Amino acid sequence: MSEIIRLSAAALAQKLQSREVSAVDATQAHLDRIAAVDGSINAFLHVNTEEALLVAAEVDKARADGDTLHPLAGVPIAVKDLIVTKGQPTTAGSKILEGWHSPYDATVIRRLREARMPILGKTNLDEFAMGSSTEHSAYGPTRNPWDLDRIPGGSGGGSAAAVAAFEAPLALGTDTGGSIRQPGAVTGTVGVKPTYGGVSRYGAIAMASSLDQIGPVSRTVLDSALLHEVIGGHDPHDSTSLTDPVGALVEAARRGEVKGLRVGVIKELSGEGYQAGVLNRFAESLELLRGAGAEIVEVSCPNFKYALGAYYLIMPSEASSNLAKYDGVRFGLRVVPEGAPTIERVMGATRAAGFGDEVKRRIILGTYALSAGYYDAYYGSAQKVRTLIQRDFDAAFTQADVLISPTAPTTAFRLGEKLDDPLAMYLNDVATIPANMAGIPGLSLPGGLADEDNLPVGIQLLAPARQDARLYRVGAVLESLLEDKWGGPLLAQAPEIAGVK
Amino acid sequence: MTAVHDEVLSFDEAMEKYDPALGFEVHVELNTRTKMFSSAPNGFGDTPNTNITPVDLGLPGVLPVVNRVAVESSIKIGLALGCKIAERSHFARKNYFYPDTPKNFQTSQYDEPIAYDGAIDIELADGTVFTVEIERAHMEEDAGKLTHMGGATGRIQGAEFSLVDYNRAGVPLVEIVTKPILGAGRRAPELAKAYVAAIREIVKNLGVSDARMERGNVRCDANVSLMPKGSTTLGTRTETKNVNSLRSVEHAVTYEIQRHAAVLDSGAAIVQETRHWHEDTRSTTAGRPKSDADDYRYFPEPDLVPVVTNDAWIEKLRSELPEPPAERRKRLQADWGYSDAEFRDVVNAGVMSSIEDTVAAGVSPAVARKWWMGEISRRAKLADVEPAELGVTPELIVELNALIESGKINDKLSREVLDGVLAGEGTPAEVVEARGLAVVSDDGPLLEAIDGALAAQPDVADKIRGGKVQAVGAIVGGVMKATRGQADAGRVRELILQRLGVEG
Repeated sequence: MSEIIRLSAAALAQKLQSREVSAVDATQAHLDRIAAVDGSINAFLHVNTEEALLVAAEVDKARADGDTLHPLAGVPIAVKDLIVTKGQPTTAGSKILEGWHSPYDATVIRRLREARMPILGKTNLDEFAMGSSTEHSAYGPTRNPWDLDRIPGGSGGGSAAAVAAFEAPLALGTDTGGSIRQPGAVTGTVGVKPTYGGVSRYGAIAMASSLDQIGPVSRTVLDSALLHEVIGGHDPHDSTSLTDPVGALVEAARRGEVKGLRVGVIKELSGEGYQAGVLNRFAESLELLRGAGAEIVEVSCPNFKYALGAYYLIMPSEASSNLAKYDGVRFGLRVVPEGAPTIERVMGATRAAGFGDEVKRRIILGTYALSAGYYDAYYGSAQKVRTLIQRDFDAAFTQADVLISPTAPTTAFRLGEKLDDPLAMYLNDVATIPANMAGIPGLSLPGGLADEDNLPVGIQLLAPARQDARLYRVGAVLESLLEDKWGGPLLAQAPEIAGVK
Repeated sequence: MTAVHDEVLSFDEAMEKYDPALGFEVHVELNTRTKMFSSAPNGFGDTPNTNITPVDLGLPGVLPVVNRVAVESSIKIGLALGCKIAERSHFARKNYFYPDTPKNFQTSQYDEPIAYDGAIDIELADGTVFTVEIERAHMEEDAGKLTHMGGATGRIQGAEFSLVDYNRAGVPLVEIVTKPILGAGRRAPELAKAYVAAIREIVKNLGVSDARMERGNVRCDANVSLMPKGSTTLGTRTETKNVNSLRSVEHAVTYEIQRHAAVLDSGAAIVQETRHWHEDTRSTTAGRPKSDADDYRYFPEPDLVPVVTNDAWIEKLRSELPEPPAERRKRLQADWGYSDAEFRDVVNAGVMSSIEDTVAAGVSPAVARKWWMGEISRRAKLADVEPAELGVTPELIVELNALIESGKINDKLSREVLDGVLAGEGTPAEVVEARGLAVVSDDGPLLEAIDGALAAQPDVADKIRGGKVQAVGAIVGGVMKATRGQADAGRVRELILQRLGVEG
């Protein structure tokens, strides 16, 4: 395996800056890796070979000319196919957008281009980001590089698997209820959901507007911080985007410190329903933090027990409205039924053929929850629960500087295992959903392998809104303590990918 | 259209038995430079689907951003309608599938409108004043425009295909909703027209809308219900959609009152529904059933933050408001000294502003009124345009008037001078010169004409000599005819009397 693809983004950036490695070579190495392993992984829906190499060549030329470049210039990146890109298709993992090309770039894509990061391609996801396993993609499931019979998490399984399989050093994800963090947990990678409004949503295809957030996917905490600084900050195209500057996240990751820090263990996010191996690794991380001088306290968030229920009212309600635009009139799939079709029949046939079962399930749920006579009981009550969850966090953050929990209750489950049981699938997001409901930032990092199945376990850190830097400060320390224990990155223990050419 | 055969009662009979209640939803298109939620130009009549951005097409991933100027225009409308302005108002999504609505929801305001609880006084032609209470004025976006092709009726039913123009999609709208208007009685149709005219005048005066009804800048949905005389319970209403001229508003309300009365008289119930107005048959046909439970699945628009106002901002906007039309009328009538009837005629003829400008340019209010209500209105009627659109400037009237006062031309000749000026022949003085229109003031040719006229009507001449001085008009007429109007009639009269040796 080429050494280049094993490098962290930070290390690769160093070698690019010192011109030890060219951007073209770095990009080509990743394209080669994609060609070699993606037949087994199916992380990519589209590979952007030509443009990526073109951007890389421009970076090399600019660097040779002595231009001042962004520190990440020439570091390649993969993009979840929920984020619109000019010059490449964007499908949202759905048949309804098959072949559609966006005429505009998402704000985060514009920022990647400004930093001159070659975009390797678009990664697989559950259709419209609805799922926890990437099995709901209309283009086939992505497989977990640790075990090809297992799911890579979801909805951003493609981005997480691409990074875990060394197909890309960095990727963009989106997180509505855990779609960055849970895939990170089950693939042994790092994923960050920034504070709501911290990264512009302009150009991220909406599932649930009040919950969606774009964030970084990487193999190290520092790499996520580097990417977070590229994509973060105010955007006038997104009214919900914060006006605060993005903050010194990279510095926080470089100067990790936990001495005297109060780390709150959320009582409700462990115990029943959590796999033993997950709890063991979680306890181990707590011990390491305590050993490094952190104060471990227990906090209680009693209303978290309502979070999943409220989430499955708010998210489908917003989704039912956000997905109304896919009707065959202006773009994407159009199905014209036999006979003399009316506009209603064309819209109906298009949506019936274009949407998968999980998307239809959520549209129906949301339409019902918003209906006259049910709104107060469902959507209205769910919003009240949301307020209660925010209050739980507010109270918890008076006792602790950061909160900690397992990212997901289990390690990666087998493909197909939960496909016929939506509720079991939804339960996988029980620990990640509260952060979206409250708009606070969360980070998942690898916590080791579960004893019973030798699969990655994720540790989730949560911080108050706008305090994303704390996640990087604590995450970097825990990562370093764990890697000392393992004698290197967790992904070094991942098996060779079967079926590699 | 299929023929309409709804029974109607005569208006008089309807009014003997029932009291009407009215309610209006008037949509005002704002004339902001860009759209409500995007940077696309807000223009009329451009090539279809050119004033659009990804936001206006509802492409995947787009987000709306509120147009601050549109918010300010909405606040101004609210203030002009005497409304309270919400400290915090929110947008909501109104969900329904229709191809002119790119996102299949309209971004509107639902339970938190920007302005609420207002009232305006509406003055009818005879000076009667009704107070109309305003429930709310809220911000929303317009839909695109559908053109149905291949069908006989131009409606979606029976069309082979439809074309969509999204230029109008996202144009800022303010919807002004009244509370139920009771007590108008038989004047309900007149009040309906006057109310919509007042809204149009207010938004035009504010400068926030072009307010051209023929372009759909101001669109009215008129709600009508009847209750039996003596009852205080509102009846079932119908909503007649898109009644888009002042005349149609009056007619549509009249028609619906008559139709409701016939239905109620027959013992049947009014169906709560929308009605379509047909100007050609002056009648309505049933649209879709409408109930208060129409399910638009409203919920707060999560892509937008609340619109938050503060006193300083509102007071600044209030200070920028122009004089309200009603107060302006009161002031101008007092300044000009017109009688109530004269002033009403001026207002109804749509020449008040023209007179104001003309007086400011330097003629008396009486002269300005004579021109605008007389010759210019006459010409406007012939040309089927508004008087102000004829191209007559205040300065032109000042010049014409100066020529008359100096005796160079008379009233009759001034009309010919106006012809010449409007035909591009130059200034009034140049037209007088070129066309040889100066009044004949040399007594020689006049005396010749007088002698001719006296000779032609010897019996009239005798009557005058006999002391019937009022008969002189016939001779004056003869002289004016002979001089093709180019004589000063007063001078002609004097000369005739001198000639006949009679004291005037």
